[in-house]
Order: sequence, then structure tokens, then C-alpha cells
Amino acid sequence: MAQPFLKKDDDHDDEVDYSPFLGIEKGAVLQEARVFNDPQLDPRRCSQVITKLLYLLNQGETFTKVEATEVFFAVTKLFQSRDLGLRRMVYVIIKELSPSADEVIIVTSSLMKDMTSKTDMYRANAIRVLCQITDGTLLTQIERYLKQAIVDKNPVVASAALVSGIHLLQTNPEIVKRWSNEVQEAVQSRAALVQFHALALLHQIRQNDRLAVNKLVSSLTRGSVRSPLAQCLLIRYTSQVTRESASNTQTGDRPFYDFLEGCLRHKAEMVIFEAARAITELNGVTSRELTPAITVLQLFLSSTKPVLRFAAVRTLNKVAMTHPIAVTNCNIDMESLISDQNRSIATLAITTLLKTGNESSVDRLMKQITTFMSDIADEFKIVVIEAIRSLCLKFPLKHRSLMNFLSNILREEGGFEYKKAIVDSIVILIRDIPEAKESGLLHLCEFIEDCEFTYLSTQILHFLGIEGPKTSDPSKYIRYIYNRVHLENATVRAGAVSTLAKFGAMVDSLKPRIFVLLRRCLFDTDDEVRDRATLYLKTLGADGAVEDMKEFLFGSLDIPLVNLERSLKNYEPSEESFDINSVPKEVKIQPLAEKKAPGKKPTGLGGPPPAPPSTIDAYEKLLSSIPEFANFGKLFKSSAPVELTEAETEYAVNVVKHIFDGHVVFQYNCTNTIPEQLLENVTVIVDASEAEEFAEVASKPLRSLPYDSPGQTFVAFEKPEGVPAVGKFSNMLRFIVKEVDPSTGEAEDDGVEDEYQLEELEVVAADYMLKVGVSNFRNAWESMGPDCERVDEYDLGPRENLAEAVNAVINLLGMQPCEGTEVVPSNSRSHTCLLSGVYIGNVKVLVRLQFGIDGPKDVAMKLAVRSEDEAVSDAIHEIVASG
Amino acid sequence: MESCPSIKNILLLDSEGNRVAVKYYSDEWPNNSAKEAFEKSLFTKTQKTNARTEAEIAMFESHIIVYKFVQDLHFSVTGAENENELILVTVLQGFFDAVGLLLRGTVDKKEALENLDLILLCLDEIVDGGIILETDANVIAGKVASHNIDAAAPLSEQTISQALATAREHLARSLLK
Repeated sequence: MAQPFLKKDDDHDDEVDYSPFLGIEKGAVLQEARVFNDPQLDPRRCSQVITKLLYLLNQGETFTKVEATEVFFAVTKLFQSRDLGLRRMVYVIIKELSPSADEVIIVTSSLMKDMTSKTDMYRANAIRVLCQITDGTLLTQIERYLKQAIVDKNPVVASAALVSGIHLLQTNPEIVKRWSNEVQEAVQSRAALVQFHALALLHQIRQNDRLAVNKLVSSLTRGSVRSPLAQCLLIRYTSQVTRESASNTQTGDRPFYDFLEGCLRHKAEMVIFEAARAITELNGVTSRELTPAITVLQLFLSSTKPVLRFAAVRTLNKVAMTHPIAVTNCNIDMESLISDQNRSIATLAITTLLKTGNESSVDRLMKQITTFMSDIADEFKIVVIEAIRSLCLKFPLKHRSLMNFLSNILREEGGFEYKKAIVDSIVILIRDIPEAKESGLLHLCEFIEDCEFTYLSTQILHFLGIEGPKTSDPSKYIRYIYNRVHLENATVRAGAVSTLAKFGAMVDSLKPRIFVLLRRCLFDTDDEVRDRATLYLKTLGADGAVEDMKEFLFGSLDIPLVNLERSLKNYEPSEESFDINSVPKEVKIQPLAEKKAPGKKPTGLGGPPPAPPSTIDAYEKLLSSIPEFANFGKLFKSSAPVELTEAETEYAVNVVKHIFDGHVVFQYNCTNTIPEQLLENVTVIVDASEAEEFAEVASKPLRSLPYDSPGQTFVAFEKPEGVPAVGKFSNMLRFIVKEVDPSTGEAEDDGVEDEYQLEELEVVAADYMLKVGVSNFRNAWESMGPDCERVDEYDLGPRENLAEAVNAVINLLGMQPCEGTEVVPSNSRSHTCLLSGVYIGNVKVLVRLQFGIDGPKDVAMKLAVRSEDEAVSDAIHEIVASG
Repeated sequence: MESCPSIKNILLLDSEGNRVAVKYYSDEWPNNSAKEAFEKSLFTKTQKTNARTEAEIAMFESHIIVYKFVQDLHFSVTGAENENELILVTVLQGFFDAVGLLLRGTVDKKEALENLDLILLCLDEIVDGGIILETDANVIAGKVASHNIDAAAPLSEQTISQALATAREHLARSLLK
């Protein structure tokens, strides 16, 4: 380029550590910004001040609303200057200040003028600024210019308009969608980046129209796309189309595979890689399809560029999970990557090798890993440990060297998570590989001799107590365990005492010696340790009923701890002693609010993985605590809360319908939103005259409902057993209201009785259906057999689209959609939806819905029901017929 | 969803991890302290690596980060975990080379701060709201440094030297055609 790039003066060359922003201060800069108001603008000085303002913003300084507004208004004055450099800075700072709507108006006209300027740079930047700060109303005014800009012959202008279009599509889709013709034209542009931006925008405009995307992809894969970035986009869109059409073309060649393979020979590395990655991610990719992609990735492995190596090894690592054989060709290249400077690359290489390696290479690999482990971070080490664990389970014969490796790294320095990963792995290996048990247990024993983590020590002691007595020579573990009693903190000591007792209980020959050790523990400084020792001495010392004792002391507690805790809290000291058998045994999990960490790792020391949580437990817990409802039996289903009041009313009430076999309980969740009121004796008067089969049996009022702390009142109805009775209920909230002095928070003594009308509530057929999925619908359907099948056709009348019709039927039936069939591909004309559920009386029900849409949006449906009971199949049809 | 490649942030830090110029395009970092925390952890993770001849790559907190150092400056570009690494590195290289051109080869913190306006314009020309605008360093630098005279302005408003520069440019253009 002939012209020199703009550069500032070099006055300060000899000063060391000079920063032009040294000692910069917001207040002073804001003062300086007054030069923007000078009648004779000095462009260079103004640019410098803007740079200072931007510097402050960039360093995380914030302007108050007033300051920002002031600067913004001053900046708008600068549109008077024709200095291009200054104008560029003005554009940037306007974007940074992100002005409010009323401020935007000030600059709109200046920007619109720039948008139609002859200078390309003005047009491009004004478009970007205006589109970023504008709202929908202005957009219609400038739409014409934007459409023109999209097909502008200057690529910078066209790109600016297209990129702005991509952003605006999120907020004003209906406007941007009108530009398709221009965008389509821009896709054919000779300028590389314009093509890229146009393709991105066109695809986003059409993404819900599968046919159009398909057409777009087919035409472009044949033509020539110039920009590598656009080519990458095209590869992404192509694999999307391939994925969606995969179900239709099981036979023959995969559409567009040739295109993807052709891209592997593209001259740009990013395109080659994008294509290779797309091929490896194809659904059910065959090894023949994989080969060319693996070959190019293999070449990348020996590149001098770390980024290429990383990209390749990361992709191959993923492939190795599903197609280990296909990756074995790269093993030699992979092995050289173990010593890669970049530890991410090295870790990925090792874990890939662990997945693809065969039995004979394990020893060699382990040797290499040992040197490698010492200089990588804990997080990488954990990845390696997990890979080694699965390798060991794959090649059990190699357990000796792998176990040795694990025990060696266990002795080295490391954080808790890392140590836990190792211990978990050893525990799993001990469980799954019987030959590894003895050596594994000894490794763990040695580890607790010098373990700084109380949690790990106690877990290992517990595990030793279970596995140790079953080994050939249990006595050799005693020393390790008893050492803990001497050397550790109270928690570990208590754990050690329990473990000792377990050995005593399980191994008769050790019993006398264990007794000696336990007696010494009676003088421990800690209560828990002494108590445990006393308990074990007493129970194990007693003659007879040893089996019961063992069960009592060491058997797994088949009662969920939460239930036990609750029962103990409810227990009032009396003549009657606490009976553990009275604790409910149903597995109850915490309500949904408590999020579980994604439990993808195999549980090592912990118990079995927890069952999926459900809200029903919380309700069941609540209901079982109310004596009036205790004899209703097992809770069949609880509905989602139904609002009975409008939002923002004085009292907010919603209801949850609890369905039992012969009863229904309404749980009214009430919230008092008036600070000056205290409600007492809150009940809901339910009129069930439109629900003939229901008879009220109990009502549990809410004693007091202070401001903003929700409470519940319940009403229970009896209904014919096992019958899905439906009906309408009207509700009236009745209560005594007392005035509260807001300053003291004290309520007056006298209250007034008052009522508050709530909305109606319905019990519908879906309330009797439990959403229970099946993993393989086809199998379940076949095994159910056609004996109790009922098939009929229904006309659902005009509907907005298929998806809406499908949702309506799913909601009506209240069943669980299976295999993702609740999702209707856009623009499809027919759809099959599979549902499964359990109907009241514990009858399994499977439903196959076939929908078809007719020209004027008329939806027809074929409903096939299979269940274990004809009557239930008929009932489902009745629900649909009446719904 | 198959989407357009997107950039989460572009950072230019100094050799102590302090900001020279940064630009965030993703709202994953809601406030300045979140941004600073990210920069700090990025800096500690990468500072020991030798990313001077070739761009290096790291993966943490479910981001892919490509970075390159020169003198006392650390350039980096962050993208999503599943982003094509080579696209990210193309953006990084574009930024890196464009800064090199704009600073006429003397790329260090002092020079960068003295020409911060050019660096900021450069960032503005590379990515718009996360979408890649341009990756060719010559084009980026050209757009940033292009003739700072408004060609549409009447000649009378220009100084003599500006007029000469404009004339020279017109001549150069006509010769190039």
C-alpha cells in the first residue's frame, strides 16, 4: 500500500514506561470533553479526548447516567466536523455509550445523513451504529436504505448492512425477512466476506423452512463459494440438512457426503477441518465414510501449529469414543504428542490412546504417562485417571500395572478432587475385578496412613469394613485401622471404631482382639468415639442373636434418612418408644428446587445413584404429615399448580390437585399480599354441586396467614374408588381479617370475617393419568399386544398448525411423549406422536397418534390405544371424544 | 442449532495481565468484575506458555481461547467450546497482523497505548457484535488508517497539504486502475 498508515508523534521515545494515560482521571477527562462544544473544532484534540474516554470505559470505569448523557450530547456536536478520523471515533464512542431511546433521536438525523453519504466509510459505519442503537420504530424509516446497502457495490457497506441484519433479526424478524431478495442477491456477491454474511443471514431468515434450506444448500454446494468462512457455514448447514433427512434415506448413499468429502481437499485449513469434523459427527457414520476425514486429521497431528494439532486431536478423541478402531491408524502420531508443549494437546492425546490402545500397548503407555503426570495440572490428571479406569475395566488382565500406577500417583502431591478421583477409581476396580481386590485394599490402607482429607479417610475406612473381612487374611488390615484411632481427628477415629467393630462382627477369630482394641477406645476424648465403642462392645459382646445384631449394626438402612429425620422430629417423648418401622420407606427425594449436580461420573464411594427427583415427593411428604389424609393410601398424582386468582390481587391463591385412589385433595397455596393485614382461620369453601360424584370429607384450615409468607389450606373429597370422576368446583376463600399496625407489626385483637371469590377449578381426565415414559416404545407396543387395542379417527377441526394440534391432544391426555415425538418438524404435513402413561388403578397405557393436516388447516387424527384393560382403552377414547 | 461462528471476546492484555484494550461480545460476563476475573484466570493459565512464534490454544470454563504474544503484549480471542478452532485463530491472526501494520512493526505496550485509537478502531473493524466482519489484516488496517480526509468535503475547506494528499491519492488510484 502506498499511503502511510496514520501514526501519532514519537515525542516520548526515550522515556521508559511512559503511558499516555498515566494518572488519567475521569473528572478531568469529562472536563476536557468540553472542547467538543468549541465553535472551531480541533479534530485531532477531539479525537484524543474521545480516545481517553474510551480508555476509561475500557478499563472498566463507569459513567453515571448524567455523565454519559452529557458526553453523548457533546459528542453529537462533532458531526459538524468533516474529519474522517474523528468521525470514526465518534461512531465508536456512540456505540460504547449505548444511548437511551430519547437520546438516540438526537443523532438519528446525522447518522441517516451519513448513511446516504457518498463516502463508503460513512455509509458502512453509520449503518452499523444506527442499527445497533435503534429500536423497531426507526427501522421502518431506514429500511429502504438498508435494502439498498445490502446490494451496494462496496463490499464494506454491504457487509455492514448484512451483519446489522443478522443482529436485527433477533429483535425485528418481520422487517428483516422482507429483505430476502436483496440478501439472495448478495449471496452471489464476488466479495468473499459479503457472501459469508449474506449466507449467514439468508439461512437465519429461512431456518424454519426446511425445504428452502434444503434448496439453498443444494444450489450452493454445486456452485462456487469463494470465502472459506462461507464455505464453513455451508458445511454446517449441509450437515444439518443431512441430519434431518437421515431418517428418510436409510438406503443408498448419504446426500451431500460427496460435497463434504470434496471440502477435505479445500485449500483453506479451516474448511478442511470443518468438513472433517462434520463427517465424524454424521449420524451412524460408517468406517468407510470416516476414513478420508481421519486421514486429513492425522496430517494435522504433525502440524507445526499448536492450534491445528489441538483441533485434530480433540476431534479424534471424540471419534475414539464411538469408533476406536478408525483412530488406531493415528496412534503413532498420537504417541509423539504425549510430549507436546501444550498440555491440553498432550492430555487429549493420552486419553485418546487409552481408548484406542490394545492390551499389548498398555504397559508401554503407562510408562510414558508416569513421566507425563508430574507436570500437568490436576484437572488434566483427573481426565487421565478416568480414562485409565475405563481402560482397566476393558482389559482386566492388566489390572496389576494399572493398579500400581494408581497407587503410585496416589502417594504424590495433589488436591482433593484429584485424590478423590484416584480413590474412586481404585474402589471401582476392586468391586469389578476380584483379582485386584487384595492389592487395591492394601493400597488404600497405605494411603490412609498419610491422608490429609478426612472425607476420603472415613470413606475408605467404611469401604474397608465392608470388603476387608471378606478377604483371605483380614487381620492384616487391623493395624492400619487401629493406627487411625491413635493418630487422627475425631471423625476419622469414630469411623475407625466402626470399621474395627465390623471386623469383629464378621470374623469370629478376630473378635477377642477387636474387643481389646475397642476397650481402649472407651477412654477417647471424643463423645462420639466413646459412644460408638460402648455400643459395639455391648452389642457384640452379648450372646445369641448375633445375626440380628449384625443386621442392626451394619445392615444398610433401608429407610431414607430424610424420612427418619422427619419422623424423629415429629416424635414426642412419651411412654411409647419410637418405632423405626413407623417411618415411611418410600424413597423420597428432595423437591426439584435442590438441583443435583449432573451425575455422569460413576459413583465410586457413594451409594447407588439417586433416582430422578420429582416434585411429587414434596407433596407426599406434606400430605402424609396431615392425620386427616393419612388413610387415603398412596398418592397417585399431583397436578401442577393452577392459579385461582389474577396476578397482583390482594390474595394470591393457586391450587394443586392431589389424586388418590378413592379421594381427591385440593391443596390451596395462599399468599397474603397486604402488609396491613393478618388473615386467620383461612379456609376455602368449595361448592361441589357440579361435581356429583364427589363428597367433601375433610377440610384443614390455615390458622394464620401473615403478610408475604405463603401457607396452605386443604379440602378433601371422597370419590368412587378407581373411577376417573370429573367435575367442576367453585371456590370461596373465607377468613378472619385483622388489621396490622405497619410500624409495630402487631395485629389488633378483633378481626372481621370476610370472603373472597376465587376462580373455578376443574378435575379433568388428565388428572388421572401419570406421565410415565417407556424407553423403547415399539417394544412396549408390541409386547402389549392388540388384545385391548382401540382405534378410531377424529376430526380436530381447523388448527393453527400441526404442532398446536399435537400439543392440545398431549395436554388433554396428560401423557408422557416418547422418543421426542412431541416435536413436530416445521412445515410437515403429517406427524406421528407416541405417548405413554399410567392410568389410575396402575394400568399402563400406550397411545399412538397419527396426525394429518389438510389444505385449509383442517387436522385429522387417528388414535390407537393399547392398554392392559379394555375399559381403560375405551376411557382414553372417551377423553378425546369429549375433549 | 447450526449457527454462524461467533466470537465471545477479543482481549489485548499486557505482560502483567492488565488491560490494554478489550472487547466483549457475549453477555456471559455481566459486569466488569466478571470480565476481570476471566482475564485474570486466562492470564495465569497462559502466561507461562511460549506463544510467540505460533498461536497457542487453551480450553477452560467451556471456552476455547487462542492466543499469541509479542513483546509485552498478549493477544487473545475467545470462542465457544464447540467452535472451529481454526476460525478463531484466523480472527486472532487478523487482529495480530493488523495491529502490527498499524503500529508499523513496533508492537509493544507503549506503542499500543499511544495509538490506542487505532487499536480500538481495529477491534471495531474485526468483529461486530460477535460476528466476524473481516479477517484480512491488510483490509482491516487499511480501513482503520484510510485517508482521514473526507473526500466529499469541498476543496476550499481543506488545507493545502490535505489537498495535495487527496490529489496524490487520486493520482495513485488512477495509475493503479
